[in-house]
Amino acid sequence: MRENDVILQTVSKVAVFIILTFGVYLFLAGHHNPGGGFIGGLTLSSAFVLLYLAFDVETVNAGIPMDYKMVAATGVLISVFSGMGALLFGSAFLSQTFAYFDLPIFGKTELATVVLFESGIALGVVGVVVTIMISISEDV
Amino acid sequence: MNNILVFPMVLPIIVGVLLLFFRSNPNIQRWCSVLTMVVVFLISLWILEKVMNEGILRLDFGEWAPPFGITFVADAFAMLLVSTASLVSILCLLYAVFARDERREKFFLYPFLLLLVAGVNGAFLTGDLFNLFVCFEVMLLASYVLMTLGGEKKQLTEGIKYILINILSSWFFLLGIAYMYGTLGTLNLAQLSQRIAEAGQPPLLTTISILFLIVFSLKAGLVLYFWLPGSYGALPTAVSALFAALLTKVGVYALFRFFTLLFYHEPSITHTIIGLMAIVTMVGGSLGAIAYVDLSKIAAYNVVIAIGFILVGLASHNVEAIQGSIYYLIHDILVKGLLFLLIGTVIYLSGKTRFHQASGLITNYPLLGWIFLITILSLGGIPPFSGFAGKLLIGQGALGAGEYVLTAVAFLSSLFVLYSLLRIFLNMFWGETSIRTQNQIPLSKGMLAPCLVLAALTAGLGLGMDVVSPYVTEAAHVLMNPELYIEGALNNE
Repeated sequence: MRENDVILQTVSKVAVFIILTFGVYLFLAGHHNPGGGFIGGLTLSSAFVLLYLAFDVETVNAGIPMDYKMVAATGVLISVFSGMGALLFGSAFLSQTFAYFDLPIFGKTELATVVLFESGIALGVVGVVVTIMISISEDV
Repeated sequence: MNNILVFPMVLPIIVGVLLLFFRSNPNIQRWCSVLTMVVVFLISLWILEKVMNEGILRLDFGEWAPPFGITFVADAFAMLLVSTASLVSILCLLYAVFARDERREKFFLYPFLLLLVAGVNGAFLTGDLFNLFVCFEVMLLASYVLMTLGGEKKQLTEGIKYILINILSSWFFLLGIAYMYGTLGTLNLAQLSQRIAEAGQPPLLTTISILFLIVFSLKAGLVLYFWLPGSYGALPTAVSALFAALLTKVGVYALFRFFTLLFYHEPSITHTIIGLMAIVTMVGGSLGAIAYVDLSKIAAYNVVIAIGFILVGLASHNVEAIQGSIYYLIHDILVKGLLFLLIGTVIYLSGKTRFHQASGLITNYPLLGWIFLITILSLGGIPPFSGFAGKLLIGQGALGAGEYVLTAVAFLSSLFVLYSLLRIFLNMFWGETSIRTQNQIPLSKGMLAPCLVLAALTAGLGLGMDVVSPYVTEAAHVLMNPELYIEGALNNE
């Protein structure tokens, strides 16, 4: 039987962008409020999982040709190296710093190195969650 | 600030993850991982030397001062184990390189071996109870993958048991940590020690300590070793050697830390229980070692006996016995790696898993046979090999503590070790050869080399006792004087 999933697919196409935006918002909000790399990463990966549910694995893989295992690996590397970066400045492993900059559009903005660390975590979470989902779907 | 402390853990992680990108190139995978462990080994030797000169070193992650931040604390005991563990991993990796198990190599064998080592080194170095849990998990997760990698039926049956039992014990571990935090309000090991000393270790804390005793006994294979022989037998040679050398030893390390640094106020309860558990372990291990005819089972039960033997030192709880345990721990990491490499090689060469199915291997592979004999002598504690000093000191310490039964069982168990392995040697290596020269599988030099190096190390460690003894003395000194560790781990000058 051919499933009719027009509604799911149409809604997903819109919802995915809302979820992605929300994921990025949560990621950035995590600096001072609830959120952060892990939670942002989970939300982002839910967008990918929704795509895989609404369409089939081949279609999504053709649209987003990424090896999620490598995404996870990249994330871990970014996080570890951001921790190692502190060593170059003579501080302890995993030390973080921040400063205020005057950016053209945003005005006075706080930029923190911990964002690098957190983005690594977000990538790691996205990579792992999507890999798990795809592996489970292959099993069934 | 000593950023160097983080390298024994971070370097294997970085290289392990980087290697994920080189899946298609086995040579890069092989030699990068070996090279990494060589570098880690050299770094850890350097740190050990620094610890001897400057006292206990500490690294506060992100410059958060303890007890608020998390720390790595390197004392001589931890660094001795990190160095030995790294050394054995180099040799096991080398064996894996020459064993050429391409099916497993393609599915990230080396990255997971490196992550396993990272977890082990992290567990030795951390000065924080929760981080100890995290490092245990890093190590266990890697070991779950290595356990099932290859997907043979035997691996999967044993793997599911292994995973279930470890998840259960991790849950108990987490529960114990929650109890600790609930009662003492901190997870920094040094501060925990202070607070337990202030409270005088009331019965509640002793009960919590017994919960941790159960957790680490499961990991170390103390009494609760029922999972061990099956799962170690299902693994490929290099991985099983690394498991046998390292995994249980991390549990033993944790037991030593806990019952010398934290819960040392009620030895009549906790250390008596450890003594009883050691006896049960040695008796059970000895029975297993002589009951089975399967080579890998016999080797696995030898791991169990050694765990019991090392903990005799902890149960006796005096300087001599602890020194003996440290010697024996180092010896055992080396020689158990060697034993499992040899057993794996013998099974590979003869194609037989039971010892009466082959004979006369020494005519086919003379060098292998002699290395095997050295291993047996070393395991049995015969001088001049490395097992001797540890056995002697543990025996002296246990007698000094008046633990006569414990001493008797410990030395009887050594006889069982000798008997169980000599039986293999006499059956498999002596006698008329069962493999004709033209049919024999060639033994590559690369597979023999790690065994040879390990055998040389166990002989060298036995003969060069004077080189190691200052380190061991220092390690035992810190273990027996918790205030030194506390001073090193908490002072903010």
